Amino acid sequence: MSAQSLRLAGGGLIDRAQALTFRFDGKSYEGYAGDTLASALLANGVRLFGRSFKYHRPRGVFSAGPEEPNALVELRSGARREPNTRATTIELFEGLDAKSQNRWPSLAFDLQAINGLASPALVAGFYYKTFMWPVAFWEKLYEPLIRRAAGLGRAARLEDPDHYEKAFAFCDVLVIGGGPAGLSAALAAGRSGARIILCDEDFRLGGRLLSEKREINGRPAADWLAATLVELASLSEVRLMPRTCVFGLYDHGIFGAVERVNDHVAVPPAHQPRQRGWRIYAKRAILASGALERPIVFPGNDRPGVMLAGAVRTYINRFGVLPGRDVVVFTTGDNGWDTVSELAAAGIRVASIVDSRSEIDPAFKALAERVGARLFTGGIVESTRGGHQLRSVIVRDASNTRSLVPCDLLAVANGWNPTLHLASHQGGRAVWNEAAQAFVPGALPSGLAVAGSAAARFTLADALRDGARLGREMVAEIGVTPTAAEAVPSTDTETIGLKPVWRVKGGTGKAFVDFQNDVTDKDVELAAREGFRSVEHLKRYTTLGMGTDQGKTSNVIGLAIMAELEGREISDLGTTIFRPPYTPVAIGALAGHHRGKNFRPMRLPPTHHWSCELGADFVVSGQWTRAKCYPKPGEDLLRTINREVLAVRNGVGVCDVSTLGKIDIRGSDACEFLERVYINGWKTLPVGRARFGVMLREDGFVMDDGTTSRLDENHFLMTTSTANAGKVLQHLNFCHQVLWPNLEVHIVSVSEQWAQVAIAGPRSRDVLRGVVDTEHDISNENFPYLAAREITVGGSIPARLFRISFSGELAYELAVPADYGVALMRALMEAGEHFSITPYGLDALDVMRIEKGHVGGTEFNGQTTARDLGFGKMMSSKKDFVGRLMAKREALTQPDRPCLVGFRSVNSMSPLTAGAHFVCVGQLAVMENDEGYMTSVAYSPNLECWIALGFLKNGPTRLGEHIRAVDPLRNHDVEVEVCSSVFFDPEGARLHG
Amino acid sequence: MRIACPYCGLRDVQEFAYAGDSCPQRPDGPDATEGVMFEYVYLRDNSHGIHEEFWYHAAACNAWLVVRRNTLTHAIDSVFPVKDRKAGTES
Ligand SMILES: [Zn+2]
Repeated sequence: MSAQSLRLAGGGLIDRAQALTFRFDGKSYEGYAGDTLASALLANGVRLFGRSFKYHRPRGVFSAGPEEPNALVELRSGARREPNTRATTIELFEGLDAKSQNRWPSLAFDLQAINGLASPALVAGFYYKTFMWPVAFWEKLYEPLIRRAAGLGRAARLEDPDHYEKAFAFCDVLVIGGGPAGLSAALAAGRSGARIILCDEDFRLGGRLLSEKREINGRPAADWLAATLVELASLSEVRLMPRTCVFGLYDHGIFGAVERVNDHVAVPPAHQPRQRGWRIYAKRAILASGALERPIVFPGNDRPGVMLAGAVRTYINRFGVLPGRDVVVFTTGDNGWDTVSELAAAGIRVASIVDSRSEIDPAFKALAERVGARLFTGGIVESTRGGHQLRSVIVRDASNTRSLVPCDLLAVANGWNPTLHLASHQGGRAVWNEAAQAFVPGALPSGLAVAGSAAARFTLADALRDGARLGREMVAEIGVTPTAAEAVPSTDTETIGLKPVWRVKGGTGKAFVDFQNDVTDKDVELAAREGFRSVEHLKRYTTLGMGTDQGKTSNVIGLAIMAELEGREISDLGTTIFRPPYTPVAIGALAGHHRGKNFRPMRLPPTHHWSCELGADFVVSGQWTRAKCYPKPGEDLLRTINREVLAVRNGVGVCDVSTLGKIDIRGSDACEFLERVYINGWKTLPVGRARFGVMLREDGFVMDDGTTSRLDENHFLMTTSTANAGKVLQHLNFCHQVLWPNLEVHIVSVSEQWAQVAIAGPRSRDVLRGVVDTEHDISNENFPYLAAREITVGGSIPARLFRISFSGELAYELAVPADYGVALMRALMEAGEHFSITPYGLDALDVMRIEKGHVGGTEFNGQTTARDLGFGKMMSSKKDFVGRLMAKREALTQPDRPCLVGFRSVNSMSPLTAGAHFVCVGQLAVMENDEGYMTSVAYSPNLECWIALGFLKNGPTRLGEHIRAVDPLRNHDVEVEVCSSVFFDPEGARLHG
Repeated sequence: MRIACPYCGLRDVQEFAYAGDSCPQRPDGPDATEGVMFEYVYLRDNSHGIHEEFWYHAAACNAWLVVRRNTLTHAIDSVFPVKDRKAGTES
């Protein structure tokens, strides 16, 4: 175990009493509770964290936050392995296991660093230029090669063993960011009693106050922070949510956030989620997300040991880590000098200070003298030296003299970019603020205000002032009276003078703009030279800003360099729009529990548990889980289905058909309404009878079919197919509410109110007699085919009996209130015992409907017309109905349009496959020779051969012809005979028995 | 987005189904021509700004609503049941 040799003797917001053991690249280390993986590794002297994307250059920790472009690691192992996690945001836990990425065979010795030598081939646009031809080479040769050489971490490729949750929250004011601006906003708003949520992606609230030694009201800022957190915690309507990243702002004040509930432990405790995806509905929001520091582009600016100056402060003050022993500070503004004083305060040697400005405050000169650092005003760092670790920098002073300064840490300060991402998620473009030398939020989405550094108001005093003011303003806007304003806390003095330097010219070696995607200043030059000058082109041509960090440290610098090359102002060039998410979000957090079988709601028919008792096999069909068949011990699928089919055809069977849509339609215009939505007529349908109907969409294609029964003069019950139940209800409501609101009609779905069972087969009436109350005459004479009546069963239980048939047998459908479904099924089984009644499932149902040529879901595929399906003659010419005119279009009435016919295997044992396409025998199986396609197939135990339904050009005129059914996807090619779509009992005699 | 259903209150957009421009009128009756019907079924302006459109509250009250939405900002300035509109124009 390595000692924490670079841990400062004291200080930091870490718990030194709680040591944690963790592993990086197989080696064991120790850190403390309160560390990040980055701070713990730095404390152990680890500088090399990974290899870069294209050139495999050694990379170390560059930042201390979510903007980190370099220190990306694979966290955890096995099924929990998570690639591209930022070591700077991973909260250390006992047993943490991480690996560096994109190196082979090892991090220190990477053979593919040779890419650096071959780098001319990898410049901007190389994908577009180099790998254009031949096309086939791309997939087979180029892409695998590039992917092996250039890449990020590996996905786990195993099912995620953890749970994720979705949660919803509503508040008056959402405060995004728990730094000084956010905390003071939450306090000012929360004191009014309004409902406040404050989110911060960090595991500790405080923002910059955690990283800097500052004073508030003449006391250490930490005191103000502690008191503020105590007061916020005491306010019952204020909810503090650390570890929660607000990643997106959506329409109407809806925010997306991810709470990392258990990312800071190895394995979530039982029954707890790893992460929780929040949707937060906020009346108002205050963006107090702070700012991200900018690098400077100079050769070797990516070497491990080059770090943002603000990050250096964080590692010292928050984590008690010595990020280097010999430090050079390279700054273009006053802010870098804060790092100088913090380094000195921690007892770290500052070797040199390079301030690019030729004029600086005498106080800074005095500070340089006091810490014993050599000061270069008007100087720059021209390049860096060292291998895996910074050894020295070349400083060029104002007189162009070069000095080699040995050092192991270079702190770079070039001003800050407001973290304005959320302000632009609704399409608002950031605008350049010349005074702040930064992009600031432009037009804001309604309800959003921006406080502190996120609005380029960078001083601590401004952050506190903005927060307090906006907190009160926001609650006032929603009608809550804010408490009286209090004096804004005072702070120690702070100056923010800045003259940014975007890039240093003159040195040799690669100078990186985008560290994560290995985009250099030369790539930006190339893009400019080749005419890719607009911001959006620059981005796509060079891939600048397109890494997992989305250019948090690189976008603005890339723009600034392009502006310089073009001789334009940054303000003229504009910026790209940020889109959600602000940082990467795991799909699991968005899916929550909705995965696997919970991907969508599971609906069970009323008799589901009865089917389970019988040992049924089930099939998922849309939202429904339905009984597929009821196998007997030792019986295979085909035998089971055949037995069930033959039992129905020769005796009697029962099947739960409750999943069919049932829509109750009442009113004095109910009949007229049906006239308008169905292609066929309804006026002649007597009370007590059912009729088969077909409805079209307005574009002339078939929407659905089903039987509708007239239970009373002004009362109809429509049935729809299972799959289209919702769609048909929506359509009927549209027709009524939008098209014909003056019709007196009431439409309501009763699908779930009724359990419905099909009783089919020659003995079905005999079985029914055992359950129907005796006062109801169900004889053939009194209750003929297509009769439909309200009756009672089992001694006055209300029921509806329909003599309709999907199987082609004498058959009934009997509906009872849903809660009676199982009782009805058991009663039918008992009544049918003497007749060997057989439960049958969806598969047998399907075989029988195909034997009868009844169309189903695969025939209603949205591309078929009534004519294609053989319902052409049903279309009334005496009335208007939905879809009437569009169905008459020329292309939909072409005589050679594929029409429904039947098919049977020429060799009766050759299975058929739905989806096969028809080609004439002797012709090539190519699209030009396509004659139609097969939609439903079944093995018919009655015909003892494979049969199918499908659509064939001029189908009805080709009966008897032999044709090929070709299925290249499944490698099937079967010769079939074209035949009538009604294979069984073509006269329909069995229906009327 | 959220839509304020006149029957159910402010509800998340996931509860609703969208059905486009609410202005075209169906050419009803046996005298309607194929050309006019074709326009009704297929032709829509791609509006830039205020747009009156149909939304169906599928997960709740089953009402078809007319929503006035700005297609540039998604700001919604009115929502009413389509039945009210029809009654209004015909009475
Ligand atoms: Zn509603």
